[in-house]
Amino acid sequence: MEIDITANKKSYNKKIGMEVFFKKTLIIIALIMVVLVLGIMLTLIIESIPSMKSLGLKYLWGKTWDPVNNVYGAYPFLLGTLLTSFISLIISIPFSFAIAVYLGEYNSKGWLSNVLKNLVELIAAVPSVIYGFWGLLVLVPLVRAFEIKFNILPYGIGIFTSSIVLAIMIIPYAASMGRELIKMVPSNLKEGAYSLGATRYEVIKNVILPYTKTGLFAGVLLSLGRALGETMAVTMVIGNTTLIPTSIFAPGNTMASVIANEFTEADHTLYLSALIELGLFLFCVTVVINMIGKFLISRYTNK
Amino acid sequence: MKKITQILSIALIAVGFASSAKAQDDKTLLGAGATFPYPLYSKMFSEYNAKTGIQVNYQSIGSGGGILQLTNKTVDFGASDGPMNADQTTKIGAPVLHIPIVSGAVVLTYNLPGDNNGIVLTPDVIADIFLGKITSWSDPRIVSKNKGVNIPALPILVAHRSDGSGTTAIFTSYLSKVSPDWNAKVGQGGAVNWPAGLGGKGNEGVSGLVKQTPGAIGYVELIYALQNKMDYAKVVNKKGKIILPSIASVTAAGNVKLPEDSKIFLTDTDAPDGYPIAGLTWQIIYKEQNYNGRSLDRAKKLLALLWWNIHEGQQYAAPLNYAPLSKEALKVAEKIVKSATYDGKPILK
Repeated sequence: MEIDITANKKSYNKKIGMEVFFKKTLIIIALIMVVLVLGIMLTLIIESIPSMKSLGLKYLWGKTWDPVNNVYGAYPFLLGTLLTSFISLIISIPFSFAIAVYLGEYNSKGWLSNVLKNLVELIAAVPSVIYGFWGLLVLVPLVRAFEIKFNILPYGIGIFTSSIVLAIMIIPYAASMGRELIKMVPSNLKEGAYSLGATRYEVIKNVILPYTKTGLFAGVLLSLGRALGETMAVTMVIGNTTLIPTSIFAPGNTMASVIANEFTEADHTLYLSALIELGLFLFCVTVVINMIGKFLISRYTNK
Repeated sequence: MKKITQILSIALIAVGFASSAKAQDDKTLLGAGATFPYPLYSKMFSEYNAKTGIQVNYQSIGSGGGILQLTNKTVDFGASDGPMNADQTTKIGAPVLHIPIVSGAVVLTYNLPGDNNGIVLTPDVIADIFLGKITSWSDPRIVSKNKGVNIPALPILVAHRSDGSGTTAIFTSYLSKVSPDWNAKVGQGGAVNWPAGLGGKGNEGVSGLVKQTPGAIGYVELIYALQNKMDYAKVVNKKGKIILPSIASVTAAGNVKLPEDSKIFLTDTDAPDGYPIAGLTWQIIYKEQNYNGRSLDRAKKLLALLWWNIHEGQQYAAPLNYAPLSKEALKVAEKIVKSATYDGKPILK
């Protein structure tokens, strides 16, 4: 009898020990993530101090980027980043929502749906440098022909071209998330609408989209995050000039591609520091845009 | 908890191994730096390995990165397409030696429909094109130097490097020397504030822009233009001669009196047969080799390699389209290699 009890106690203790171990592991891993993000932030801040000291706030809206004379202004690149990201978002939204509605509502099962779903996900899996090549070799001549037709200076490369490349790259993020959410709309809601005589279009417009709008918006935010940080494909088709873009067809530059282009050969302290500050700035822009998005989501969900 | 400590200790041991493995394997020398001479260096070092059994592990991470690694003392030698600047010299904090290995040239490549390889450009025309002042191929200053050549009246599109590079450093050093206007407005460096044009990443980015756009002009390394069979321009040099960029004319550019430390851009050379947009590429070492607990043996091996690079190693340059050192440059290089010391005593006699 007694032996049994101790055996039970032992296995009980073992179980508890396992629980405690599991919980602690989770906490430690979560903490490591927090430390990592704070560490990145801290490194960026410390390394940007020389540039902050020398340039101050002028760095943010300075319009010249001149490594020879140590004058650095991030404004043209901020503009380039925001322009390419938002234009690409505008181009991509109709496509990703259409894909989401089609795969979520019209054709959610069967081989065709599967093939389409996998193809869309494949878009996200293609390395960005391949999009860059495609953009440079296929899209740029097309855009140039278009520009010649409409009497715009025919660079071919520029903000517009990079926005198209980016748009294609970010479609799957909003599309996949939207598809999952639309699939999860309770069928009793849809059936209720149908029984009241609604057409399919009306069901989508009045039931499915309102029900899923928070999630769809979160998907769009995910796409935007990807567009803000994309480097390689953009670098290859944006034209890499430090001049401020005068139209959406003009060449420009983004923060991420400036860093990628100039980091390896940044040969003096202030230059390197200015590039790191650009990274910090990009980090902050991403955080701010994400926070605005989260705020919008929570506002519309509470209503 | 126990498991965590176990995992941590395993990780610590692994880190320990990794760091001790870094220390001194006496059959391997480490180098890092410029990407431009990488094809040549890998050929030279594999020949050297076949001959002596000494392995040279060279990472082509860019000139700036190579100098940084030398500053951090993680490599035996750095390699750079430009001499170290004042900021880098302060950071490294000890005397270093620049040993010239080969020279390379930057050529102006262009895309003009029709048969017009080897158009002639003068220094002031080149500077004004890149300043955005000359905007058409029909400009009288271009046409007057190219009588009888079919040059279509296209607008000029300037293509430059978007990434920082030694190629840009050589090219802007040339422009600064030949154009006071360029020197005042833009200056020289591995990356500059371009007054005109589009940027492409790497030689391939620039040549991509040029190939796609009729009327475009850009600058790439001579080797790159030769390998890709691109049109490139002849340039009028300081002595007024029209020079076609070639291995011979680039070597000739270095056949002038060099300063004792060899830290010079060869651009706008005084040599009458020299191509004016050329530059040396260097391997850089600490002058005093006894640092960080290095053995005399390792220092000797490094110096033997450098000596070989500027002598026997030179034969591999021309087949790969690099210009070997000129007689003048070799004399200077020998002196520099001999000036390296261990505990203040010269290593090579």
